[in-house]
Amino acid sequence: MTPSSSIAAPGATPAHEEHHDHHPSYLVDGTTIKSWLLTVDHKRIGLMFLFWVLLFFLVGGIFALLIRLELLTPGPTIMDAMTYNRTFTLHGLVMIFLFMIPAIPAVFGNFMLPLMLGAKDVAFPRLNLLSLYIYLTGAMLALWGMLNGGLDTGWTFYTPYSAHTTTTVAPVLFGAFIIGFSSIVTGINFIVTTHTMRAPGITWFKMPLFVWAIYATSCIQVLATPVIGLLLVLVTVENLFGFGMFDPARGGDPVLFQHLFWFYSHPAVYIMVLPAFGVMSEIVSAFSRKNIFGYRAVAYSSLGIAFVGFFAWGHHMFVSGQSTFAGGLFGVLTMLVGVFTAIKVFNWVGTVYKGAVDFKTPFAYFCGFLFFTVFGGMTGIALGTTSLDIPWHDTYFVVAHFHFIMVGATIMAFLAAIHYWFPKMFGRMYHEGWGLVSAALIILGFNATFIPQFLLGNNGMPRRYYEYPERFQALNVASTAGASLLAFGFVIIAMYLAYALFYGRVAGNNPWRSKGYEWLTESPPPTHNFVGPQPTYPEEPHFYVDPKKAEVPDAV
Amino acid sequence: MSELLNNILFLPEAASTFAERIDLLHHFVVGTTMVMSAGVGLAALFMFFRYRRRLPAQATEYVVPTLKTEFLFVSVPLVFFLAWFGIGFRDFTWVTTPPKDSMDVYVMGKQWMWKFAYPEGPNGVNVLHVPAGRPVRLLITSRDVLHSFYVPAFRIKMDALPGRYTQIWFEATKPGTYQVLCTEYCGLSHSKMLAEVVVLPQEEFDVWMKEQRRGRLQDRQDALADTSLVPPVARMVEQGQVLAGSQGCLKCHSVDGSQHIGPTFLGLYDRVERLQDGQNVRVDEAYITQSMMDPGAHLVAGYQNVMPTYQGKLQGPETAAIVEYIKSLRTPNVREGASEGPAYDAIQ
Repeated sequence: MTPSSSIAAPGATPAHEEHHDHHPSYLVDGTTIKSWLLTVDHKRIGLMFLFWVLLFFLVGGIFALLIRLELLTPGPTIMDAMTYNRTFTLHGLVMIFLFMIPAIPAVFGNFMLPLMLGAKDVAFPRLNLLSLYIYLTGAMLALWGMLNGGLDTGWTFYTPYSAHTTTTVAPVLFGAFIIGFSSIVTGINFIVTTHTMRAPGITWFKMPLFVWAIYATSCIQVLATPVIGLLLVLVTVENLFGFGMFDPARGGDPVLFQHLFWFYSHPAVYIMVLPAFGVMSEIVSAFSRKNIFGYRAVAYSSLGIAFVGFFAWGHHMFVSGQSTFAGGLFGVLTMLVGVFTAIKVFNWVGTVYKGAVDFKTPFAYFCGFLFFTVFGGMTGIALGTTSLDIPWHDTYFVVAHFHFIMVGATIMAFLAAIHYWFPKMFGRMYHEGWGLVSAALIILGFNATFIPQFLLGNNGMPRRYYEYPERFQALNVASTAGASLLAFGFVIIAMYLAYALFYGRVAGNNPWRSKGYEWLTESPPPTHNFVGPQPTYPEEPHFYVDPKKAEVPDAV
Repeated sequence: MSELLNNILFLPEAASTFAERIDLLHHFVVGTTMVMSAGVGLAALFMFFRYRRRLPAQATEYVVPTLKTEFLFVSVPLVFFLAWFGIGFRDFTWVTTPPKDSMDVYVMGKQWMWKFAYPEGPNGVNVLHVPAGRPVRLLITSRDVLHSFYVPAFRIKMDALPGRYTQIWFEATKPGTYQVLCTEYCGLSHSKMLAEVVVLPQEEFDVWMKEQRRGRLQDRQDALADTSLVPPVARMVEQGQVLAGSQGCLKCHSVDGSQHIGPTFLGLYDRVERLQDGQNVRVDEAYITQSMMDPGAHLVAGYQNVMPTYQGKLQGPETAAIVEYIKSLRTPNVREGASEGPAYDAIQ
């Protein structure tokens, strides 16, 4: 459905037949289980994704705690070496493929993208539902494999180990292969939606920055995911039938795997973090009541990161035997990613300038996010200086670095998004005080967990160690203590949000007085998002200038 | 100053020329990051307070940054990043380009131990001897899966790939013993794949080398007494030595006291070993013979049951010869280094 057709015949859609008065919100428009499982409504699909993604986050989190408990002592603590190896593999797999990659795009992207574009749904609603079921099929196959034999290769599946291990490689990799299609389908859907479904008034440079970020993410998903798909198939057949693709004894190349793997998995980092950047652009605008400082710079830098991110994969391989020259090239290109990220950070801080800051829970997460992005990003730059990577490579420094970016920044954004859009999605409000308390706990907990890990890496502790020399113990204990604090913070969030879901006070349409496009309709929105004719958007999003003295810049 | 910073950053002792170079860049990067982030953070905190909300629906000004501001946002980080990269890449090139006069050592990783070999001999397992103050080039490969050779005190690391050689070099500055860790996940006992680098002053290293080579020369002469060329040697001890080699005993049992897959033969005879079931046993002819025929019967604590049985593979006199050979390896010296655990665990 194109915007113009809906303007021409607003009454043609079924939602309008019952006429004016009250249109039920999407939450109660159909209450049977079937009406949820077979829905093509992007909001319901987003919520179902939210349910599964949270469930997998819980599973991955439990694995994380088991790892931290095991590392409390230098020797065996609660499990044997094989169980430990399986546990960290499952932690990585579940967190990355089942939680992090779909977290923001499939939940908030699905829910918000059409609302932000003034559309009634995404371009291909049925494909959207299909992507949920593809995701669940892949997840179930992978989980089945994990429970029956359990993979012990680490989430990176490096050959030749993954070709030789006696554990169950094939179903898990094939599960991840299937999940890839879900990612591709969602990406195509969002790209087409952004191109074709923008409401009148929403030009490319008036799109909310969240849409820009999701658009850039979708491009990466569509272009990079096929590579990992092929690679996973290659490793599966290597493991099952011994193709010899990565076996030097038969003319194969053991490093080829790493090139193909990181060609996807490096851009995949931006699949995880770009949506987080998008969420934060929305939140900093909404809570400081300011248009974003340097809108175009932030929008273009998303595309810049998506583009350059494809050419930086070799920085995972500085000590893998790749040539020194290649190391240098990948090093320089990595610096460019850093510059694009720095542009965003400066512009977010700049947005507060002459703004009006309301320090609510989402804004608290914004502060945590800034901190984690700056230090996660800067340690990334440090790792990209090639020589410093030599001692740090595959130590806990790298573990801490990517947890700062992927867990720190992305989870801050995920939590910020849940809190910011909670009233939009459910029409209810959570308890602000508990929100701030748990935000503080979580930010402290993250730091207490991962700062010791930076120091462990400096000190030389390699990752994926079941046992470690005793000199590393103090920092490991500190990290485990931090992880408990973190877990505690999440428990509080789960409790007050679950309470708010049923007993929270009704929030009203726009409790934040935000001028993001998604707030222009009711909260929670009716099934077709808007009642009445197709809305138009004369103002840019987050335009907080006093109408009396407004001189609308590039007014349409 | 540098010492203090290294302590704050938990950096291990710096014991190579590369470590000294790289720590400077480390301090530079960390220092600049801290200062600049503090700047950004304080500016943000100040603005959160200065521009706090006063009215619920407060209107604000429409601020658009000038081109100059955005240029600054791009150029300042870019200049720093490129400077760091420049220094870093110079050091990276330096450490991946060994000097011409460096000494070569072949390194082979396998699940889960490191083997070292000097071109003129000798070979060693899990202990690498090098002279201080002399560049050493490591030529690294792997026999099975990926491994990575990492010496924190030297700040060097290089992956070991099957079917390929990779290289890295270092010049140790201080005599001492430094730990080697495997940093590429390689399976069950990845975290037990530890080794050490023993850095000796040049003179001591030369003496050590000479001794090792003398032993090797002896081995070579012994090898000439090959069973296929000459009739079985008269002395049982010598026959046992040849058999221990040809039957593969020495693949898992060292004769120099170093730790390996099975207990070392050096000083094994008459030693009291602790068994897995907690009992103690004095190693005598009977125990040695039983261990050859039924290796799993009485396992020494800390070792896995990986040895195949030699029942039917060895003739009676051959068994005796091996026992005699082991008896000949008695030594008044206590073994060097701990042999508390194995360097190798069986795949479960």
